[in-house]
Amino acid sequence: MKLTFPHMGNVYIAGKAFFEELGHEVIPPPRSSSKTLEMGTKFAQETICLPLKIMIGNFIESIEKGADTILLTGSCGPCRYGYYSVLQKNVLWDLGYDVNFIVLDPVREGIDKLKKNVYTIFNANNVKDVVEAAKLGWQLIKKADYITDLSNKKRAYAINSYEVDLILDNYFKEIENTFGAKEMMDLMDSTIESLNKVKLKDNFTPIKIGIIGEIYTVIEPFVNLEIERKLGHMGVLVEKSLTPTIWVEHHIKCYPIGSKSERLKYKLAKPYMDTAIGGHGRETVGSAIYYARKGFDGAIQLLPLNCMPEIVAKSVLSHVSKDFEFPIMTLIIDEMTGEAGYLTRLEAFVDLLERKRRKAVNG
Amino acid sequence: MSKKVGIPRGMFYFDYYFLWRNFFNNLDVDVVISPKTNKDILNRGIELCVDEACLPIKIYHGHVDYLKDRVDYIFIPRIKSIHKKEYCCPKHIGLPDMIKHSIKDLPKVIDTEINLMKSDVNLKRSAIEIGKNLEVNSYKVLKALDKAIIEYKGFIDMLTSKIVPIDMLSKYRDLSFITNIKKEKYGRKILVLGHFYNVYDYYINKDLVDKLNKRGFDVVTVEMVDEKKSRGYASKLPKRMFWTHGQRIVGGAFSFIEEKSISGIIYVSAFGCGLDSVLIDLIERKAKEERVPFTLLTLDEQTGEAGINTRIEAFVDMIEWRNKDEIDISTYG
Repeated sequence: MKLTFPHMGNVYIAGKAFFEELGHEVIPPPRSSSKTLEMGTKFAQETICLPLKIMIGNFIESIEKGADTILLTGSCGPCRYGYYSVLQKNVLWDLGYDVNFIVLDPVREGIDKLKKNVYTIFNANNVKDVVEAAKLGWQLIKKADYITDLSNKKRAYAINSYEVDLILDNYFKEIENTFGAKEMMDLMDSTIESLNKVKLKDNFTPIKIGIIGEIYTVIEPFVNLEIERKLGHMGVLVEKSLTPTIWVEHHIKCYPIGSKSERLKYKLAKPYMDTAIGGHGRETVGSAIYYARKGFDGAIQLLPLNCMPEIVAKSVLSHVSKDFEFPIMTLIIDEMTGEAGYLTRLEAFVDLLERKRRKAVNG
Repeated sequence: MSKKVGIPRGMFYFDYYFLWRNFFNNLDVDVVISPKTNKDILNRGIELCVDEACLPIKIYHGHVDYLKDRVDYIFIPRIKSIHKKEYCCPKHIGLPDMIKHSIKDLPKVIDTEINLMKSDVNLKRSAIEIGKNLEVNSYKVLKALDKAIIEYKGFIDMLTSKIVPIDMLSKYRDLSFITNIKKEKYGRKILVLGHFYNVYDYYINKDLVDKLNKRGFDVVTVEMVDEKKSRGYASKLPKRMFWTHGQRIVGGAFSFIEEKSISGIIYVSAFGCGLDSVLIDLIERKAKEERVPFTLLTLDEQTGEAGINTRIEAFVDMIEWRNKDEIDISTYG
């Protein structure tokens, strides 16, 4: 079994080391690129949302490298992500690829199936093995996220912000040469060390922006056109409302009640939206209020064109923005999004926030 | 003076009009329905709604805007789930939120959550809550609900007895006309697929049914398939379909395709519809396999009628040639 999975930001870093440690052969797809997107757009269903298209591109690239089993998390509505596995299987079948899909559906779809799937991918025979393996995976995810987070912080304060990019690019390159959890951990540690050595500006208060919106677009840097780097180079401190750590904590570690931070967001969103609408619609509204309260300067909502839950969230956000006097910009992303226009909008938004802050200081 | 409840003529109106109207009437509440979708309503909707939403949602905004000064309450239930373990579209669930945050100066909105995810008993609970908004006691509400459901079942029976519900919802206000309608006139059938609110809103689909009738085709819709049967077909999918509308559309379409009782399929979809992007793929594949002609009409507020006409004509011509030249006979004899 040669395992692969779609890209979602830094998840593959943890995933690769984790599954190698469990004794699988792992073939992560090459980092998403315009070639990935092009293939995805060409072969996927025309009107489906962007994540599916990129995943198709990822799968084709991995299959060509030899992968024969695809691992995917499932869901059962109301967001259409739940039907991804079926559509993707159809597309790959059309292209002549006969691959296995292992889909991890939520518990309420039948515990036996989930158990079987988990045992297969964890190479485990009983619950104890699964828990042990999961602990390791958790460590890896947390550390990978810590690096992303740290790099975002350093970039905002760094005298030369491109130094941070250089360290990260190097880190991504080195990942391909590692094998197993230990080597990965070592690499991560050395990356953290070099990040901490980056020279920082003194007496500098950066503009703070929260990134909210659809989970895939927020996490995957290729899809959001490296929004963290772009803002970082403008001296903006970026915090993301969704990271793999937050997802795992909410959906797996604290199952079924959910993590504290996410429940706080539900509570904050309540006056505006008091029920789950699927995807991360409610979390988007909650996060916006959370950042407004935390003293951030603004928030940017990211959504792939036609994302159903985020459209609902968007119509509510205009109200949130007014009530809290908190600027929120929505960026809609699809395969036609041009980088120059995108950058202009980011610059304009940061300018606006800077002016707003100056006004607040000078009265 | 009795209270007036406004029901916008959009979205779930087409599924549940008979249920809702009877329910409110049984409670001695007047029901005001917005007029059929027209240009004015569409324009109001486009102005008020977020740009990214789909056409029926925009039109719904227009209907609410029309009603807001004419009624005491507006009925926009939050329909989360209408079947056990199944959902509706996220935009259906967030509809009251979208409306409340997009339109100013609304009268009181009755946005009771209807969630039958776990059990059907919740329907009664929701009904009582609606009654609370109208200051009616729960005993009376439950009685009104029971009565309305019986009448609603009559409506469902009529659907399955092959009456095109389009006629019911647009031309008549009650069910007594039943005997006058000829069920099948032409003997050739085209399946018009899509969400209720796209198929039954004349303005959205540019009079599609009329146009097909003029060319000598009967129109069938998935609502005519018995629910049990359509669920049976939908269960053939590799993964459980978790949208109730998806179950209806896919199951109904599969049953027509497998029975080979139709000459072709026209799928009416609103641009940006999330469910349709999935359903179209599933149905188109099946239709191709069974060699049933399939075409897709994607509609948005820019759609021109002339373009739609051309496409319908081309599709119908194609079906006629197919019959005339008998090229749909299998080469394996």
